Amino acid sequence: MSLLTAGTRLAASTRPTADTHPTVEVRSAPSITLAGVSKRHGDTESGVVALQDVSLDVRPGEFVCMVGASGCGKTTLLNLIAGLDRPSVGTVTVSGAGAAISGEGVDGPVRGTTTAMLFQDSALFPWMTVAANVELPLRLRGIPKAERRSVAADLLERVHLGGFGSKRPHELSGGMRQRAALARALAQDADLLLMDEPFGALDAITRDLLHDELEALWLERRFTVLFVTHNVREAARLGDRIVLLTSRPGRVAATFPVDLARPRRIDSPEIAILAATVTDQLRSEVGRHGR
Amino acid sequence: MAVDHTSTLSAPTLDQALAGLDALDAAGRPAHDQLSRRLWRATWPKLVALGLILLVWQIAVWLHWKPYILQSPTTVARQLWELLGTSLFWQACWVTAQQAIIGYLLVLLVGGIVGTAVARIPVLRAGVGSLITGMQTMPSVLWYPLAIMLFGVSSTAIIMMMILGAAPAVANGFISGIDQVPPGFLRVGRMLGARGLSLERHVVLPAAFPTILGGMKQGWAFAWHALMAGEFLVLVNPLSLGGRTVNAVTQGEWAVVVAMMIVIVFIGIVVDVCFSRVDRGVRRRYGLIDQSSA
Repeated sequence: MSLLTAGTRLAASTRPTADTHPTVEVRSAPSITLAGVSKRHGDTESGVVALQDVSLDVRPGEFVCMVGASGCGKTTLLNLIAGLDRPSVGTVTVSGAGAAISGEGVDGPVRGTTTAMLFQDSALFPWMTVAANVELPLRLRGIPKAERRSVAADLLERVHLGGFGSKRPHELSGGMRQRAALARALAQDADLLLMDEPFGALDAITRDLLHDELEALWLERRFTVLFVTHNVREAARLGDRIVLLTSRPGRVAATFPVDLARPRRIDSPEIAILAATVTDQLRSEVGRHGR
Repeated sequence: MAVDHTSTLSAPTLDQALAGLDALDAAGRPAHDQLSRRLWRATWPKLVALGLILLVWQIAVWLHWKPYILQSPTTVARQLWELLGTSLFWQACWVTAQQAIIGYLLVLLVGGIVGTAVARIPVLRAGVGSLITGMQTMPSVLWYPLAIMLFGVSSTAIIMMMILGAAPAVANGFISGIDQVPPGFLRVGRMLGARGLSLERHVVLPAAFPTILGGMKQGWAFAWHALMAGEFLVLVNPLSLGGRTVNAVTQGEWAVVVAMMIVIVFIGIVVDVCFSRVDRGVRRRYGLIDQSSA
């Protein structure tokens, strides 16, 4: 898909309504399959086992949230899926949308995939303006200057940062930086979005608004999302499914489907009930380590 | 009571809420002081220091300390004024400036290449990493005999002294800068599609630049020391600032000697101020300094 088309698609975005999902162009987003994945940090037997026998299937265009206490290996899991690390045992497969296969034999990010990663720290490059940050993935793909400027301007407009392209990242608030990072991920035309506690450092008001923003973008583009968080309510607010991981080593303890209509509110009773169920199980899992 | 949660989520509300939040976040940032006020704040301590130096100097003259050598500040000022009116002086400045620019550019080139290579290639780091640090502590004058033996009495000998004396500082700036690049930036750069040279160009070198600039500034100081030492010792061109000063010494023109020293110190200060301004500008752009003091 050309970037110009991507930009046009974004500009002509549809927004979610109260009771129906918008008509969206269904993209062939990738699926993720983890089969018996274990990861040990360090070469020796005394190395820390971050993940043990994790099997998980994420459907194309699904929004999966992973929750777990400290040491559940969430970040390791994201790194494996992003191709930044390789599993000690088992296979990680990212397929669809022309994405290549990642697995035991793959070292480094898989070429040809359109994977974007968002972190708690927006990781915008401070030596560039906000617009130049958004343009960078386009520049690395050799897109001509005029075209990438126009696409970056459209994307910044899409995340409500139209007037902030010439600012430096440190001149923006935390929430604005995360929106700029989202725009940069969109500039990658990502089919797979890996999010590592992206809103963990934000205040509640900003976080709620960014939930709305992310959900609207996801409904528009239907990329596959793997969203890691410590916040159970956030997981219930955003996910199609919540995956609860155990700690030390990380294993899939339970999955919870979230059959609630979108858009949702984080303070709705349905979210609170579901979050309570997940939290109970998370607490019993955490309590196991204290015995 | 039934509450329609979803009605509050229509698009204009999200737009307005985000715009409001952004406006609140952007508000309250401190405005910069006036330029004149900032200039005065930067200048008055320097003026006080200069006044104190002149006072000590004048007291030494009043006390007749080494009266045949030590001239009063006013005599030196008169001499300096005369000097500034001669084409010979400007020619000397030009000769030295040319040598400084060529030498410093070579210092940056050699230091940059060596520093990047050592930072990136583990074998090189193990082999010459500590040697570079050791060389940095060596006074450039120690290279004088070797430079004369290799290149004779020539500008090349001075340039060699500059490179050997200053390139290690620049190389160390590159090494430290590259070592300190946050791993998160590298991870993001790779995720965005940067590999090999494009990763170096778009991520590693810009991220390392504030530290590299520190090395460049230190490299300039060493290069200037080496150049002055070279001009004083190698005597390749009597029309340079160093050569002109040595001539004045041999002819007993003590006021000229002091005037030339003032010129040399002045050039050092001007370049230092330029580096400091660039450094501050870079740090401000990178968000590395408190904006309220920027």
